[in-house]
Amino acid sequence: MTKFEKPTSLTRRSVLLGSGALVVSIGAGVTLETVLSIGEAFAQGTKPPLTPDQLSSYIAVNADGRVAAYFGKMDMGHGLHVAIAQIVAEELDVPFKAVKVFMADTATSVNQGGASGSTGIQLGGKQLRVAAAEARRVLVEMAAGALSVPADKLTVNDGVVSATDDKTKSISYAQLIGGQYFNVQLDWNKQYGNALYAPGKAQPKKPSEHKVVGQPIKREDIAPKVFCQEDFVTDVKVPGMMHGRMIRPAVAGSVPVKVDESSIKDIPGARVVWKNGFLGVVADKEWDAIQATEKLKVEWSAQEPPFPAQASLHDHIRKAPVRKRMVEVQNGDVDAAFKSAARIIEAEYEWPFQSHASMGPACSLVEIKDGKATCWSGTQKSHFVQEGIATLLQMPLESVHVIFKSGPGSYGRNDADDCAMDAAMLAQSVGRPVRLQYMRDQGTGWDPKGPASVHSAKCGLNAAGEVIAYEFTSKAFSRVDVDTNGGKPYDTLTGQTLGVALKSGDGFGVPAESYAVANKRMAWETIPPLLDRASPLRSSHLRDPVGPQIHFASESFIDEVASAVNADPIEFRLRYVKDPRDIAVIKAAAEKAKWETRASPRHDQTGPKVSGRGIAYAQRNGTRVAVIAEVDVDRSTGKIAARKFTVAHDCGQIINPDGLVKCVEGNIVQGVSRALWEEVTFDRNTVTSVDWITYPILDITETPGQVDVVLLNYPDIAPSGAGEPSIRPVAAAIANAIFDATGVRIRRVPFSPERVKAAFS
Amino acid sequence: MNQPFKLSVNGQSHTVEADPDMPLLYALRNDLGLNNPHFGCGLAQCGACTVHVDGQPTRSCVTPMSAVGKSEVTTLAGLGTPEKPHPLQTAYVEEQVLQCGYCINGWLMTAAAFLRDNKKPTEAQIKEALSGLKCRCGTHISILKAVKRAAEMMG
Ligand code: FES
Ligand code: FES
Repeated sequence: MTKFEKPTSLTRRSVLLGSGALVVSIGAGVTLETVLSIGEAFAQGTKPPLTPDQLSSYIAVNADGRVAAYFGKMDMGHGLHVAIAQIVAEELDVPFKAVKVFMADTATSVNQGGASGSTGIQLGGKQLRVAAAEARRVLVEMAAGALSVPADKLTVNDGVVSATDDKTKSISYAQLIGGQYFNVQLDWNKQYGNALYAPGKAQPKKPSEHKVVGQPIKREDIAPKVFCQEDFVTDVKVPGMMHGRMIRPAVAGSVPVKVDESSIKDIPGARVVWKNGFLGVVADKEWDAIQATEKLKVEWSAQEPPFPAQASLHDHIRKAPVRKRMVEVQNGDVDAAFKSAARIIEAEYEWPFQSHASMGPACSLVEIKDGKATCWSGTQKSHFVQEGIATLLQMPLESVHVIFKSGPGSYGRNDADDCAMDAAMLAQSVGRPVRLQYMRDQGTGWDPKGPASVHSAKCGLNAAGEVIAYEFTSKAFSRVDVDTNGGKPYDTLTGQTLGVALKSGDGFGVPAESYAVANKRMAWETIPPLLDRASPLRSSHLRDPVGPQIHFASESFIDEVASAVNADPIEFRLRYVKDPRDIAVIKAAAEKAKWETRASPRHDQTGPKVSGRGIAYAQRNGTRVAVIAEVDVDRSTGKIAARKFTVAHDCGQIINPDGLVKCVEGNIVQGVSRALWEEVTFDRNTVTSVDWITYPILDITETPGQVDVVLLNYPDIAPSGAGEPSIRPVAAAIANAIFDATGVRIRRVPFSPERVKAAFS
Repeated sequence: MNQPFKLSVNGQSHTVEADPDMPLLYALRNDLGLNNPHFGCGLAQCGACTVHVDGQPTRSCVTPMSAVGKSEVTTLAGLGTPEKPHPLQTAYVEEQVLQCGYCINGWLMTAAAFLRDNKKPTEAQIKEALSGLKCRCGTHISILKAVKRAAEMMG
């Protein structure tokens, strides 16, 4: 706690040297380069410990007045750092350009959970907001002492504090603290990760005072990328570095029993790293490492084919034992209501395994030197990877430094964390730094998968056609068969191939909506993985984890019920949706799309080419989205053209509208891809989706020609997430549009031409 | 067996010792330190590794060193600089195209050759020319806007 009860009596000297805790951690004035360069800033002896309860863990003011914001989350491509800088600039009253955000380096930031659940602004920004507000408060108190002006008679403009009624009395942040660290305690809630919250005494500004927040500020990191001035994780090199590659079995679950190292003796410097199921090679040259994986003679253990035939995947899910059941919503007497229903409607929906299939397979570099490990990774969770590597290498946590560097795309728990851990294992084994990049077949074939699922929905109507009972159950592989980060070796391919004890988690979810039905039950059930260890079908988080699956089913089903009672899909939803913000997004989308009120399907089209429109809506942790799809269907080929989307998006207060629109567009395009094309294929032995031919995604020739985004801004409602919510309703909106066009209901993703065509016949 | 290869890249000549079968991509990235072409698939399926070989967009991940010969290789770094940007680079910044940005090399290099040879293309022609390139983040809408904008700038 800082002690500034009577600020006017304090001179700057007394502020710095006064009794009680110092607000400034005194050290030599340092240059911008020093404070802003991550490694050296870390080395500053005068910095308070990097703990969540220290203001200096989030904000530092450089000698020239520029501000460093240390953020325990990272941008995965939406320009999150711009929004964070806006928030910090706003609260501190410094120019936007004066703020630089340092993301998710374990040496400079505390564990705020990494990129996780679209919480970058919702939770990460919330913390930076209160930290920056507290920094401003402390700086103004210091200025009060220095200028002998009461704090409430001071104003701040562009990092300069001046007396409101005498502008000659002024002092800049740089003069007050530049180059030194804050030494201010925050009121930390003792949580790490997403839940971390540590406010100071300051109240953040009122939304009506915001000048920087809410502005469409552009990303500054585009130019360095188009001019090749910025490194990706794949580009990092250190002296003495070797290149690594991993070798995976052809039959999932089998392990090497004999490895003939002499088979690669002609490849200069090539070495094998083999321990239980862990098998990799390293070489000085990347091409040599690749050659070595191809030439190495390996004998594998006999293994029963672990997987069912792909065609029976969903039957397997239906029949599999339930490992955990969770009823998340239970209102009224559902069973009795169904008994009294005049009419019952039921349907089942299926979703396949899907792959992150990031643009490039994961890459990581690990260097172990003088008892310390440094890892460069594109992970979404650097602080967890730090824990994972420390456990794996049996090093103290503080001896492991994870540096986040943008990777080749990330949409959840992809292969990045496995790669970081594998690289650590290789580097330790060969005693040299190792840069490991997976190959394409491993990026698609061996990443943790978005879980496959079966969803059953049942609705009871009374004689008047009103919904009196509703039940929705998902039965699926777990979203956390392996957890969402590499913090525990058992959650990584590395640990699982090395043979650590397993710990598969259970989790799924239920629809997020506000349909008021008196008797309603929503539940989920998880089943065991198909192969418990080192499985290419292990499941985890893939963008909007389980959201697309669940809402494809629930929002298709609401449409089915609407059609059964011959009601317009929007008008029918509005009979039951109770949340005012939900109603607002649905109406906003309808208005923008010029929705014509009528029941689906259309009956006015003939010939092979027909078109239709469909709506779906969902909530997600405070955010609400309604999506209207307009599609063309070619009945003769089964080809769907999802040509236009209208999205109404409400995530509370908008920090940066331009960034938000781009983020929504990306969600829609990826959502179309997942609905129309994406399905992980496998045979009895292993995953057979191993490249872009066997795991097709949307092509530019199929990209929606128009995506209209309506942003609903509620400045007084704390911002919620945007990275994922709008992907959630896309598949259902398309399925509902296909039904509107054709009268045929597709209950299985993806809506590939073959499947759609088959549905017509 | 490694052999010396003479490479002319962005107007500079280099000698690289390499296996004749090694794809050009690795020579550019590891021997010459030109990180602009990226490894995405190594299978000629995504375009992330695209460079121009004598002006033709070429997937360097499947182009063996032995096939490069005396050809002039141009990478994204050779396309333009902040001081003298290629219209596509300008358009990319103005349209704020990126998400993760890992794919951009392929789109820029492919579109650059297309726009050089096709003045005032239609939207359908642009899409056709860029078909097959991957962007997993789904920035296609902005990509199209940027390419159209660059096409206008190039007359
Ligand atoms: S890396 Fe060359 S086409 Fe994908
Ligand atoms: S921006 Fe990430 S793959 Fe295109």
